[in-house]
Amino acid sequence: MTSLAPRSDFPLLASAPALHYLDSAATAQKPQAVLDALAHFYTHDNANPHRGAYALSARATERYHDARATIATFIGATDADCTLFVRGTTEAMNLVAYGWGEANVRAGDALVVTAMDHHASFVTFQQLARRTGAELRIVELTDDGRLDLASLASVLDARVKLVSVPHVSNALGTINPVADIVAMAHAVGAVVVCDGAQAVPHLRVDVEALGVDFYAFSGHKLGGPMGIGVLWGRRALLERMSPWQFGGDMIDVVGDQQTTFNTLPHRFEAGTPNAADAVGLAAACDYLGAIGMDRVRSHEVALTTTMMRSLQALDGIRIFGPLDVDSRSGVVSFAFDDVHAHDLATILDEHGVCVRAGHHCAQPLMRRLGIAATARASVWVHSTAADVAALVTALQHAKTVFADGALR
Amino acid sequence: MADLDELYQSIILDHNRRPRNYGEPATSNHHASGRNPLCGDEVTVWLTVENDVIADVHFVGQGCAISKASSSLMTEAVRGRTTADALAMFDRVHDLLTGKLDPMVERKSLGQIAALGGVSRFPVRVKCASLGWHAFRNALLDEGGAS
Repeated sequence: MTSLAPRSDFPLLASAPALHYLDSAATAQKPQAVLDALAHFYTHDNANPHRGAYALSARATERYHDARATIATFIGATDADCTLFVRGTTEAMNLVAYGWGEANVRAGDALVVTAMDHHASFVTFQQLARRTGAELRIVELTDDGRLDLASLASVLDARVKLVSVPHVSNALGTINPVADIVAMAHAVGAVVVCDGAQAVPHLRVDVEALGVDFYAFSGHKLGGPMGIGVLWGRRALLERMSPWQFGGDMIDVVGDQQTTFNTLPHRFEAGTPNAADAVGLAAACDYLGAIGMDRVRSHEVALTTTMMRSLQALDGIRIFGPLDVDSRSGVVSFAFDDVHAHDLATILDEHGVCVRAGHHCAQPLMRRLGIAATARASVWVHSTAADVAALVTALQHAKTVFADGALR
Repeated sequence: MADLDELYQSIILDHNRRPRNYGEPATSNHHASGRNPLCGDEVTVWLTVENDVIADVHFVGQGCAISKASSSLMTEAVRGRTTADALAMFDRVHDLLTGKLDPMVERKSLGQIAALGGVSRFPVRVKCASLGWHAFRNALLDEGGAS
C-alpha cells in the first residue's frame, strides 16, 4: 500500500527518510503548501488587517477573509461569519463556556459531557458547572469503547442545557453518531457542542448536516500552523452571546463608560487577528480538498485495517475501542504485554517510530479503562504500510527486551 | 540500539518485575507521594526514621519500568543510611541521571544504582527515574507531594 500523499509533500518527512511518524493525532506534519502560504503572506501581504487605509492592509484583510471563507466551505458552513478564529479547540471550548455558558447556565441546570471527552471540553464544562452551580452528568461507554446511547438517554432531561461530545475520540478512535446524539439532545432543548479536532483532518465534515450548535477544531492537526483553530456556531446563538475577550477589532463605539460591539465574526476576535496562520490553515484545507476527503478516509480505513490486523497478530496485545474499522478513525490505542506505554515509546523511538504514550488528556477515560496509559499510533495521508511494519518490528523488539530480562 | 541496552539493563528489568520493599508498611513515620501529571506516573514512599537513620523504607507506584525500578533501587540504597548520607545520595543520583556523573567511573561507590546511568541518554525519561527519589526526599523532609 503506497501513501496517498507523497512523502515529498512534507519537508520534515522528506528530510528524515528513516522516520515513521505515527503521531498525527497529536499534531500533523506540515505540507510544503502550508509553509509556502505562510511565507507568502509574510513576504507579500503582511500588514495589520482591518486597520490601515492603504492597499497593503486591504490586501492583508482580504487574505484573512478569503481564508475564513475557504475554511468555512471545507467544513460545510454556508455562513462564513459564523466561523470564528481561535487558538485551537481548547480556546473554542472556553469561548463556548464563557460566551454562552455564563449567560445560559444557572444553578439547578445540568451539563452533559461524555467519558471520552478530551480534557479541553471535559474540564472546561466541569468548571463551568462548578462556577454556576450546575450538575455535571457523564455519558458512560460500552465495553468496546463506544458511547452508550442508553446512558445518554438516562442523563437527558429538561434540566440539561448543554451536551458536549467528541466527533471522534482522540484516545479510542471511536467515531460517534453525532447526528443521532444531536437529535436526542435537541429533543430536551439542550445545545450540542462537538469537538471535531480528530475528525476534520480525517473525515468529510459537514457541520450543518451534523446538526450541532457549536463545532470546534484545531488547525495544527490538519497540517495547518499551531495556534489557529476554529469555533463554528449557529448565527442565532452567536448573535445572542456576549464577547468573552475585549479589546481592539471587536468594538463598535467605545464610550467613556460603555461600549457597543462589532458584528460577527469580529466581536469574538479581539486584538490583531492571527491572519497569517488563518491563511496557512486555509492552505491546509485546500491541500486536503485537492486530495479529497473521501480518498483520505479510504486510505486511512485501509491502513488502519492493516495496522489492526498486524497488531492483533502479536501475542499480548490489547486494542482499545471498537474493532470494527468502519466505526473508528486511524487512531489505534493499545497496551502490549504489560510493558508500560512509556517504555514502549522509548523502544519504538529507537526504531524511528513516533507514537504517543500517556493518558491522552483523557484521564476520566483512562480510569474507566482501568489503565494509566496507552500507546497510541495514528495515521494520516502520508502514512504507509511500511510505517505500520516498522511499528510491528519495534513492538517485537520491545517484547524481547522485556522478555528475557538478561541483555547483559 | 546500544543506548537502549544501557537503559534496560538486567538490574532495571529485574527490579521492574520484582520491585523490592513494595507495599504500604504497617508502621512508618514519614511519607510522601509524587506524580508526573504529564504521563500519569505515581509513587508513594513510606519511611521509618529512627535516631536520624532510615530504618525502613517502602514504596507503591504505578508507572513505567524505569520509574518502578528506580524506586525499588532507591529503597535498597537508602535503607540504613543516615539522613544526611541519604540526601547526599539523592544529589548523586540526580547528577547520574542528568549525565554529570559517569556510572563507569563511579561504579564502585554507586553500587546497583549505577544501573540508572543509562537514563542520562534519554532526557525524556529522567523524570521517570527521579520520581521515586523526589518522593523519598520529600518524605524525609516532610515536604508533602512531589512532581
